[in-house]
Amino acid sequence: MPRWRHFKDRAATVAVTTGGAGVLIAILLIFFYLLYEVLPLFGNARMEPRAAVESPLAEAPLMLAVEEQTELGFGVFADGSARVFVLDSGELVLTETLAPELGGITAVAAEGAEGRLFAVAHDSGGISLHSHEYRLSYPGGERLITPRLERHYAGLALNTGAEPVVKLAVGDTDEGLVVAALTRSGELQAHRVVREENFITGAVSLSQEQLKIPALGGVTAAFHIDEDLRWLFRLDASGGYTVLNLRQRDSSGYLQVAGQGALFNGGGRLSASAMLLGGISLLAASDRGELVQFFMVRDGEGGNQLQRIRQFGTDGVVITRLVPEQRRKGFLALGRDGELQIYHSTAHRRLLSQEALPLGEGAAAISPRADALVVVDANGGLRSWHIHNEHPDISWSALWSKVWYESYDEPAHVWQSSSADNDFEPKYSFAPLAFGTLKAAFYTMMIAAPLAICGAIYTAYFMAAPLRRKIKPMIELMEALPTVILGFLAGLWLAPLIEDKLTAVVTLMLALPVGVLMFAFLWSRLPIAVRSLVPEGWHAAVLVPVVIAIGYLSFAANDTFELLFFDGDMRRWITAELGISFDQRNSLVVGIAMGMAVIPTIFSIAEDAIFSVPKHLSYGSLALGATPWQTLVGVVIPTASPGIFSGLMIGLGRAVGETMIVLMATGNTPIMDVNIFEGLRSLSANIAVEVPEAEVDSTHYRVLFLAAFVLFMFTFVVNTIAELVRQRLRIKYGSL
Amino acid sequence: MKMINEQDLHSERAPRVKAWVRSGEPLIWLNAAAVSVSVIAVVGLLLLLAVRGLSHFWPADVLAVTVSYQDQSRELLGEVVEEVEVAGVQLREAGIEVQGPGPYFRRTLLKQGNRDFLGTDFTWLINEQFGERRLPPDVVVVERLEWGNFYGYLRGVSRFNAPPVTVAADGPEATWQALQTLITDTVAVREEIRRIEQVDIGAINYELERLRLRERRLELEGALDATAAADLAGMRAEQEARFRVLQEELYVLYDSIKDHSYSAELADGRVVTLPIAKVVRAYQPNDMGVFAKLGMYFERLWEFLTAEPREANTEGGIFPAMFGTVLMVILMSIIVTPFGVVAAVYLREYASQGFVTRTIRVAVNNLAGVPSIVYGVFGLGFFVYFVGGELDQIFFPAALPRPTFGTPGLMWASLTLALLTLPVVIVATEEGLARIPKSLREGSLALGATRAETLWRVVLPMASPAMMTGLILAVARAAGEVAPLMLVGVVKLAPTLPLDGNYPYLHLDQKFMHLGFHIYDVGFQSPNVEAARPLVYATALLLVLIIALLNLAAVSLRNRLRERYKSLEH
Repeated sequence: MPRWRHFKDRAATVAVTTGGAGVLIAILLIFFYLLYEVLPLFGNARMEPRAAVESPLAEAPLMLAVEEQTELGFGVFADGSARVFVLDSGELVLTETLAPELGGITAVAAEGAEGRLFAVAHDSGGISLHSHEYRLSYPGGERLITPRLERHYAGLALNTGAEPVVKLAVGDTDEGLVVAALTRSGELQAHRVVREENFITGAVSLSQEQLKIPALGGVTAAFHIDEDLRWLFRLDASGGYTVLNLRQRDSSGYLQVAGQGALFNGGGRLSASAMLLGGISLLAASDRGELVQFFMVRDGEGGNQLQRIRQFGTDGVVITRLVPEQRRKGFLALGRDGELQIYHSTAHRRLLSQEALPLGEGAAAISPRADALVVVDANGGLRSWHIHNEHPDISWSALWSKVWYESYDEPAHVWQSSSADNDFEPKYSFAPLAFGTLKAAFYTMMIAAPLAICGAIYTAYFMAAPLRRKIKPMIELMEALPTVILGFLAGLWLAPLIEDKLTAVVTLMLALPVGVLMFAFLWSRLPIAVRSLVPEGWHAAVLVPVVIAIGYLSFAANDTFELLFFDGDMRRWITAELGISFDQRNSLVVGIAMGMAVIPTIFSIAEDAIFSVPKHLSYGSLALGATPWQTLVGVVIPTASPGIFSGLMIGLGRAVGETMIVLMATGNTPIMDVNIFEGLRSLSANIAVEVPEAEVDSTHYRVLFLAAFVLFMFTFVVNTIAELVRQRLRIKYGSL
Repeated sequence: MKMINEQDLHSERAPRVKAWVRSGEPLIWLNAAAVSVSVIAVVGLLLLLAVRGLSHFWPADVLAVTVSYQDQSRELLGEVVEEVEVAGVQLREAGIEVQGPGPYFRRTLLKQGNRDFLGTDFTWLINEQFGERRLPPDVVVVERLEWGNFYGYLRGVSRFNAPPVTVAADGPEATWQALQTLITDTVAVREEIRRIEQVDIGAINYELERLRLRERRLELEGALDATAAADLAGMRAEQEARFRVLQEELYVLYDSIKDHSYSAELADGRVVTLPIAKVVRAYQPNDMGVFAKLGMYFERLWEFLTAEPREANTEGGIFPAMFGTVLMVILMSIIVTPFGVVAAVYLREYASQGFVTRTIRVAVNNLAGVPSIVYGVFGLGFFVYFVGGELDQIFFPAALPRPTFGTPGLMWASLTLALLTLPVVIVATEEGLARIPKSLREGSLALGATRAETLWRVVLPMASPAMMTGLILAVARAAGEVAPLMLVGVVKLAPTLPLDGNYPYLHLDQKFMHLGFHIYDVGFQSPNVEAARPLVYATALLLVLIIALLNLAAVSLRNRLRERYKSLEH
């Protein structure tokens, strides 16, 4: 029997200890899980060798590409052939001669970073356009990829003349095509093909013209066409650039020069250049190790100029090849001595830096999913690497500081996470969200803090005990009021009301303290017989009808005041006269609604702190002749101030994390503006809106987890401070 | 202080004001005003909810009015929703000519219904354009399953296979009676259809799905041989046969009501014929006395509480949302109570009271202040995708790629909220444990009881009021929490309740509806916010009442427990 009881006792100890510790660990898990989801954002890229084979290709292709599943490679060779081969073995799957009637190939250029469409320059001076396509099928459950080559613009007879073309660039849109070519003698040509489709018959007609390029000094080293076929960037070997406007000509019919200058601050010759995904940004590297991103930016005078956007650190490596990624704004930079560096432009970040890889001199390509690098050297040697680079697009600086996004006139804080296509540059700036969060919290505290603290002071120190026993639970009941109800009332009732009766709301805020003071003064003038009808400590009850009356009068006078001061409509008046924009769901609405949610929190803690100040302290003060107010200000509040502070901190924590009210009572627009009449988007509301739609484990998903982590840490720190302050208060009271 | 006294000597005009200001009285009054404002805000809020929420069910009178504007006039019929003042400037800017002197004009929001004929349910009218206001007693309001309310004058009723009853031939009273009888009959048939569709066919579909999963499981295990396949096919055929029988029944029922119709005249004189099958109820508000209206009021209130929503949640009842909220809170309580109590007992009774325990205590305290959306994100990432995904791989491979637990659902919502409210329960229970005098524990131990026995027989019973307090606070918080639920399991419309007659009866993997989310969704995501608004007020009021009820129930339970152990405390 005793043994049985002893066993039960031990079992209970073990059960409680494991259970208790388990629960506490589960709570810790929140922190670590959030961290676990967030950390990959800040990790660097890794790479590992995948395959290295001697392939039957025997030479380096002029152009190299990788198919979506990273199984097949595609190359265009000088002998006029296009070949598709298995990446891991080099085995040829398809060989086809491109436009055989035009002869061998002297130059190839892919269109855009994705490069499915490519232009080929032939011995004969003719130019043909092709694309490589892949079809997926699953015969017998096995994946089978069938490559296919297709010719485009077949009816077109583009010819660059007898001089062989050494370099080519092509841009393609729905409206047509621009091909730029550099001949061996150094002549730069540009041809435009306009494509017109008949709406009714669907027949396509093509017309072509050669664009006249003005005489440009120096040796043309590289040239690129932007996505809208508007600009031709011509880079010369000594590091200068010329931007030609493809849509405007000068009086003698030559393309207009839209800008000229030097690419590199540190001098140096051009060693590599490329267009980034989307065809907006130009990347250029110098032989002194400078790597810079440019794009066209509108200047103040209605023109455009090539703007130096950001420079990337290369540690002095001379970059000879730049390979843009096909789905993101990242790129690979291959150095002269086999260095490999991986960058991301928006995040302004270098993710990987490897040295002395056997990269060879031949062609290099990155897979569409950016998970493999393939290199074919001059002897046809085929090497590939796996690249693990899931989240290059986030960096601490991109999250918090201004970033110059493509097509923007200046650096900005922008949150715009959703994207229509791959070309889109996701804009993950926490700044507007954090700003919105703090703005909402600020206006909330502006409304809640005075009401809650003054209320707490009165309730704890002046109010009659029977009234206090009723009032305190009543205000605390508000804490149980679901925030979704406050948010709904704020969005659907308060916001239209404030919009409609803005004057009354402003009047009320001014008239309330004034009216109460006037009433108080009149009250003090009343004969003592009347005043003694209301016992001491019932001021608040007396004031209820007064406050209601002031409120009623403010709203009743709304129309009169609007007519007197604001031409009949204050809302229009602020927008027209003061130039302040006004949203119906604005920060004032949020402040009032969230104030309602936060008041009970602050009130409850502050009231407890004031009420638990030992009574002998205030009695002592009163006995020495101080008035009740002097006692309050001189003795009670200083003693209770840590408690009041702690209440404010906890209220702030609540305001920062509150989701539903902000979600429903603001327009959820991520702007950075302190204007009380404009909306905002907070971190928490942003999470609630976007998480259900974010793809699991994508960058967007992890960024939202980071937002949650930031909220978690902020409230945790704020609450810890409040808790520590409160503990000190407890010790202080203990000593009194 | 001395300075002020000197000044006082110089300013003789208002010594009393000065003295009054110096006494601190004005500031005391201002502080008192803060209390008054807070109290008015709380009470006003509740009153607003109550008035707007409860008035929705009252059958309002239907106004008939001729509106003339720029030589054109039209007849309108509808309920007055609200009247407001608007500045003439705004009207003129909107291109509306106003005649009156202004500067403010009264505008009326009229619920004209008849969305199928007029395009919009609601219309703003300027009062100065009104002709005479009439309340014709023969106006009929028809609540319908589709297209919102119908307002018009009844002209005839036609029962399938029977001669029509018309106002012209049989008089208004007989036609009205015929309409009411026909609606009652049709509603009964519709009830039957609903029962067959949801209960019987629902069960068959559920069974078929289980058979499919069983077949897939056998296939995955490589055990799907000829006998098993034949077995399954047999069972499937049986279910399908049952399904066909029910379907026949349904066809007959549908056919029996589809040709019932009523014809009515719109305000503009058009006469339309509409199906009875889509009618919920019809009444003549202008002809009803107070008691008849009261009866209708409670009928509609009852429908709100017990029926399912219709018309994209903007009409009908909210029973599924209420059910989902309560079920989720109960599940959460079942999870959070034991864990919270065990953790508190460990912290207070078993762990050594050192720095580590103190730190843990502070941390647990602080978790109560962590935003709820953070718990939602954690629940989605950890419970739904990580744990749920694993569970699917291990236990439900047959259903893949469709997730069973790897998608938001009732279980994850309850677990997430349990985690959210855990700190509340821990803190409250710990406080209760701390209040129990040491002498009681020592007495028990001195009498030879083991630690576990002391805990079980003495400490826990005495701490039970505190545990209840913790649970009350947890429940109050959980019932009103929406943000995390939006991520881990709440949907705007769940086809079935998570608790039904199909094995295993409680479907933890199902998504559910929730009052709080219902408010958000209907109030902000609904295409017809204006029509939905009264219902949202009613829902909000109900949510407040449920939370208050849960609180009160738990408070009284706590008081009872406290009474029982009161003698021990002294």
